[in-house]
Amino acid sequence: MTTVANRPLSGVRADFPILEREVNGHPLAYLDSAATAQKPRQVLDAMDAYYQASNANVHRGVYELGREATELFEGARERVAEFAGWDPKTTIFTANATAAINLVAYSWGEAYLSEGDEVVVTEMEHHSNLVPWQEACRRARAKLRYLHVSDEGLLSLDELDEVLAGGRVKMVAVAHISNVIGTINPVAEIAARAKAAGAVTLVDGSQAVPQLPFSVSDVDADFYAWTGHKALGPTGVGVLHGRRALLESMPPFLSGGHMISSVSAESSTWDELPAKYEAGTSPIAEAVGLGVAVDYLSSVGMENVRAHEAELTAYALERLPEVPGIHIPGPSADQRGGVVSFGIDGIHPHDIAEICDRFGVCVRAGHHCAQPLMRCIGMPATARASFQVYNTREEVDRLVEALHEARRVFGLTE
Amino acid sequence: MAMDALYRDFILDHYKNPRNFGELEPHDLEAHDHNPLCGDELGVHLRVEDGKITDVAFHGQGCAISQAAASIVSEELEGMSVEEVGQLPASWVIEQLGIEISPTRRKCALLNLKVLRGATTGDASWPEG
Repeated sequence: MTTVANRPLSGVRADFPILEREVNGHPLAYLDSAATAQKPRQVLDAMDAYYQASNANVHRGVYELGREATELFEGARERVAEFAGWDPKTTIFTANATAAINLVAYSWGEAYLSEGDEVVVTEMEHHSNLVPWQEACRRARAKLRYLHVSDEGLLSLDELDEVLAGGRVKMVAVAHISNVIGTINPVAEIAARAKAAGAVTLVDGSQAVPQLPFSVSDVDADFYAWTGHKALGPTGVGVLHGRRALLESMPPFLSGGHMISSVSAESSTWDELPAKYEAGTSPIAEAVGLGVAVDYLSSVGMENVRAHEAELTAYALERLPEVPGIHIPGPSADQRGGVVSFGIDGIHPHDIAEICDRFGVCVRAGHHCAQPLMRCIGMPATARASFQVYNTREEVDRLVEALHEARRVFGLTE
Repeated sequence: MAMDALYRDFILDHYKNPRNFGELEPHDLEAHDHNPLCGDELGVHLRVEDGKITDVAFHGQGCAISQAAASIVSEELEGMSVEEVGQLPASWVIEQLGIEISPTRRKCALLNLKVLRGATTGDASWPEG
């Protein structure tokens, strides 16, 4: 495994044009893929080619161009569904993961959530899998409950069982991988326990899909949401995989063009899946780009992607403690995805990120859209480094150097 | 690295040893706010006599720029009228800091003015100008 990250995966780094640029006189070390990943040339070329040669609206035109655009768009759906391990008919294109989760929170919530019911989230959720449930509970007068995060950054299945035993839980919404502390949650086990207790599960897979070799079918959650731009694809497209019986019984989320079967003056009927949940013109070029992005990940091999990121993460967890006063919340390397948050005594994360940037090292600083988790780990903000297939050990070394420099700037060295 | 353009000794001194830091009990005016981008928090207590500021204390936590800016600004407020404080423009704060503030750090530098305006005028929108 050590051979994987000693150099970039063969040829991979050269596929990302942005990595050739400099920032503040240094080569770009992009360590913020958990926020958004960089895009390989293949994705950019495919989107460009779509607009230059095949652009037309989909599912409408009887002309050649319209057929071509439709084939590209639906072809992308099939590639994305195959990559994720789910049926294309119940694989819905949305604007992003937040839109996918809102779709469920509104449509499923309207059909299935009522006063006295409970929705369970965890303290480590990104706001995208938290705020929609706060709002759904407010609308339905349901109760929002939290699963705690332990000092080691883990969830407790025993606590889940206790909460489910109350008999009121209708929905369990959980992240597959925490975007802050990197915890890989046992989502298949969580979904199975929720199912046994009569609750449905939504998994936010935004961090997991670009990192882990797995099949959404094996997780077997009722809903699995993720976003394209963290998976080497473009912004503006996300994905919702859903259980057919639920998607058929729920009301539509957005209504309007394309999603109807017929419209009379008074009312309408809905088209079949997935069109029922894809009102309006879809993000066609973005879907085409995402189709190529998942093909790209497949060509590298998700086992290799995981091995590479796991090795970089372990290396970062080994080297970062060399920095005096550093704190790194979250689980050990083997239970963690490619993300490491940290704080340094005497320097605010915002200042850490500013000084790293002077060396061309991009790290995120702040609460990472996970304020309940930040309270839980007792750090109002952290700096965060996250890894993708194009990152190298040398970039981790440069991060560590920049952190030493930050301590010098702040007069924290003897 | 005393020559650092942003983290000058002046800024780091105010960050590490903030002036007028803490709470004032009792106080006449107060406000509390945060920067949703990075989670920085800042509150202010003001004592007022005859319409003029006599005492000021900031409290909170955040980056060097937000905390130093509050400390630097706090030293300028005594003797100003409540009305004057409510009308201070963003450019005045930047001038007090004496450093270049990039667009990404602007809210850090102006959080103190946001809470001061909240305390003196009730308007808690981000300062412009």
